Amino acid sequence: MTSIVCKKLSKRYGKESLALDKVDLSLNMRGIFSLIGRNGAGKTTLFRVLSTTLLPTSGSATIDGVDVVKTAKEIRERIAVVPQEARPVAWMTPKETVTSYLMWRGFNYGEARRRADEALKLLGISKFSNKLNQRLSGGTKRKVLVATVIASDADIIFLDEPTTGLDPISRGELWDLLLKLKKTRFIFLTTHYLEEAEFLADKIGILENGKLLSVGTLQELRKKMGYPYSVKILGKTGKANVKRGRVVKGRDGYTQIFTTEEEARRLGGHLIKTKTRFSSNPVSLEDIFYYFVKKSVNEEERNDGPEYR
Amino acid sequence: MGRNIGSQVFASVLVNALYAMKNMPIMLVNTLLTPFSFLIVITFISRGALLGVAIEGALIMTMVLNGLGLQGDLSHLKNDMKLQEMVVGSPTSASVYLIGMAMSEIIYALPALILLIILSALFLHLTLLGILAIAGAMLLMFIVAVALGFFFSTLTADVIQSFAFSGMLSMLLSALPPVYYLITYIPLPYRYLAYLSPTTFAAQIAQNAAGFVSLSTSSLITDWIVLAAVAIVFLFIAIKKSRWVEI
Repeated sequence: MTSIVCKKLSKRYGKESLALDKVDLSLNMRGIFSLIGRNGAGKTTLFRVLSTTLLPTSGSATIDGVDVVKTAKEIRERIAVVPQEARPVAWMTPKETVTSYLMWRGFNYGEARRRADEALKLLGISKFSNKLNQRLSGGTKRKVLVATVIASDADIIFLDEPTTGLDPISRGELWDLLLKLKKTRFIFLTTHYLEEAEFLADKIGILENGKLLSVGTLQELRKKMGYPYSVKILGKTGKANVKRGRVVKGRDGYTQIFTTEEEARRLGGHLIKTKTRFSSNPVSLEDIFYYFVKKSVNEEERNDGPEYR
Repeated sequence: MGRNIGSQVFASVLVNALYAMKNMPIMLVNTLLTPFSFLIVITFISRGALLGVAIEGALIMTMVLNGLGLQGDLSHLKNDMKLQEMVVGSPTSASVYLIGMAMSEIIYALPALILLIILSALFLHLTLLGILAIAGAMLLMFIVAVALGFFFSTLTADVIQSFAFSGMLSMLLSALPPVYYLITYIPLPYRYLAYLSPTTFAAQIAQNAAGFVSLSTSSLITDWIVLAAVAIVFLFIAIKKSRWVEI
């Protein structure tokens, strides 16, 4: 189990930009924790503070009880970090990239090369081991960076948007690998791909404007949202006669109703009788994300309709 | 596990020197061009009279330019590759990273240094004390350049910003001082400007060691003290004031 605790953690860049706003977080878990949020929400800032590469302005953060600022050295023994937009050095090969990173972690040359071979094989890129990084595709370059942390002895891995720019197949391969990896390591993953967080994460945090809006498993987030079901109707809601739930104008011409399971059933029956096209599902992470983020932004910008109770 | 500091230092040498030299040998040409181009120009202009001074100048400039080169290399690795962030979040400390990267620059400079040492053996008549004096001045200038390069590289947010710093540092450490010629060639009111640069003191020590100028004992001691003090101060600043972790 890995515990991450943040208490009123804030980070201000300059005088005006507040990237983290008194973030309180308490995790005690295995597997993958995924932080989701829009661009500029503060994901990378929180990632960097926890991975000891950026100092917070105020508040505190600990990993397994160890302060990430005061005792960063101790934390760095246990973590491995792949920052956003990191790229392997052009004039090196994948094997040299992994080997040198492991040597920075204190492995001797022979052991580092042995581990590099294993990690590259595990990622299915051993055929590129001795090719210059500059000649690799974007997906393979990302895999090389992931190989560095896999090959390390770190039990906590920080990955900042590791699949950005990858094609769907490469992304799927990386997901499979992360699912294997999470059995033995704790992974702190930021992403703005909601399906990625939904597929991989054991717990999810939603960050918006530097504020942590909600944290939990997908089930817990559904509960926190209050409406675990979504009914989508083509057209206006009037036909649905909603008794309980929140009605939201969909982006695709649909009207979406977040509601309880019971009300979703009732609505379903009603819509069948009126021969209205609809679908009914448990709410997805995308629904949850929009629900929480829209709640946090200015009321005037909201796109949703009335709430029925 | 117990961390092998030697491995951590060697990692920097591999990344910034050995792998680059092995995989892209064309990059080595760059390390030879600048000091040798000045050497050739000064030698031709002086019709060979300043060949010895220019060789000494090239030795010092090789150390200065490679030391300053650290700033560009580190900025690139930090800002373009985000490699420094990966290293910060690892057991390697800032000082170990600095030592490794500094060593990488010396190794990178080796082809140029070997050529210049051969030229020195051919054209300079040095005593053992003279060789030690030149080596000492070169080492101190390298420390100054590396410390400044490291300090500024940690402050830069992108490579373009780093070009501005490297331009200023090159002006201070390589263009301003009389390295390839004697300080007496500079007219008097402007001569004092040259003393703003620590490279001037290193050049004087080297020129005195080869017998091109004859410094009084007090001047020589002053040169050593100034050079050593500047090296210590800049090294202290690099270790204490560099932004290893961003704020």
